[in-house]
Amino acid sequence: MAVLAHAEAGEIAARLRTILLPGHQDMRAPESGLLMLRGRIGGDGAPFNLGEATVSRAAVRLASGEVGFGYTLGRDGEKARLIALCDALVQSRDFSATVERDVIGPLREQLMVRRKRAAEETAATKVDFYTMVRGEG
Amino acid sequence: MYVAVKGGERAIENAHRLLANARRGDQTVAEVSLDQISEQLGLAVDRVMSEGSLYDRELASLAIKQARGDLIEAIFLARAFRATMPRFGTSEPVNTGAMRVQRRVSATFKDIPGGQILGPTFDYTHRLLDPSLAEGFVPETPASAEASTAATPRVTDILGRDGLIETSPQAEDGASVGDLTREPLNFPADRDLRLQNLARADEGFLLAMGYSTQRGYGRNHPFVGEIRFGEVEVEFAAEDVGFAVPLGSIELTECQMVNQFKGSTTEAPCFTRGYGLAFGQSERKTMSMALVDRALRARELGEEALAPAQDEEFILSHSDNVQATGFVEHLKLPHYVDFQSELGLLRKLRKEFAETSAGANAPDAMKEAAE
Repeated sequence: MAVLAHAEAGEIAARLRTILLPGHQDMRAPESGLLMLRGRIGGDGAPFNLGEATVSRAAVRLASGEVGFGYTLGRDGEKARLIALCDALVQSRDFSATVERDVIGPLREQLMVRRKRAAEETAATKVDFYTMVRGEG
Repeated sequence: MYVAVKGGERAIENAHRLLANARRGDQTVAEVSLDQISEQLGLAVDRVMSEGSLYDRELASLAIKQARGDLIEAIFLARAFRATMPRFGTSEPVNTGAMRVQRRVSATFKDIPGGQILGPTFDYTHRLLDPSLAEGFVPETPASAEASTAATPRVTDILGRDGLIETSPQAEDGASVGDLTREPLNFPADRDLRLQNLARADEGFLLAMGYSTQRGYGRNHPFVGEIRFGEVEVEFAAEDVGFAVPLGSIELTECQMVNQFKGSTTEAPCFTRGYGLAFGQSERKTMSMALVDRALRARELGEEALAPAQDEEFILSHSDNVQATGFVEHLKLPHYVDFQSELGLLRKLRKEFAETSAGANAPDAMKEAAE
């Protein structure tokens, strides 16, 4: 699901269009709200409240009974619904392989390419500092 | 005291129409889009998200556009918006040690595992205005190099292994995390509440207060142990799902300040720490925050707390620019009733003064004055 949370709603929708989807309905209509984000004191200590983020959620039920949940940062309720649908499909014996192959797999690939490029551009700014010997006068 | 006034609806409505036109500016000039603000004024967006205490790039961009670039007004808009939304819950604490680092520097060690990574920074630029940016600028493609798969542990974790630096305070079992959006701030405030306050505090205020500690008002001898900026994953333990769900990632800046050591007869001396964390790429903010966080630990560390930056009531009560601007700017609203009563009192005092002065030569008055 991490892959889907990093994708755009339009990308997920486009991938899903390549699959003949089973009947499904909203179990919880998409809604947006806030999540309080926490950090830790010193990075690794006791938690503290850093600030909030917008978040959306939805739940979808397949006609065959599988229930999927969708959560994502941001206010795109449709994206939460698409994630919920994928989550339900992943649990379905008939669809889990298809959704992995045609939706999640390609999106994971795309995310990895994007991350690799960013990591390579970052790596080019790696620096070695040399300490100068202090002069004698 | 402020007493409400009535009337003026027509003028107010027209003023807002005029504002809408002033905001748009010359309509022969292209309108700025939210994407343009988010992509090209990214650090302004980061600041509005940080101090608005609301991570949402699109909303922050809209707030900046609506506020005509007045960032404190934009922060106010972001805060007002968040007050209208329901809260679904609280995230798992983010793991900054697992950050996908875009920038990471240490001023204390030159050789750190994972290396020093400059990333997109203003550091080492010459601060000369660049006329080529005025129009049609196309940047060179970024250079690229093979990315290392080595971990980038926090520098404080490395120092911590040798016991040279104090460990982070751990949560006591069952301890709740303070939330100043739910409970009014009381003093003394614990460090979790102080950090929440500082994370949404005005950057300028923190900068000035941090600077004051460097100039001797609560000196604490800081070194930048590490600054890192990049993406961290956000997870939420949703009750209906039953496990921690990944929600995507956010950009954060973290500053670990390493400060003067302390020790006692029972504890070996070690470096102390100040901590800064904020949304987006907010280096100045997190550095200032870390300086102030350390200064506010004066009492806990047995230091004399004489400087403003060490006074938690002073810092935490004046750090919020929405509160501050609300109280300062309310002065321009009609205070007619209030002012009338002041005027009445002043007239009475002046009348008494005039009468006393006029009768000053009379022997009785002289006697009264002498008494």
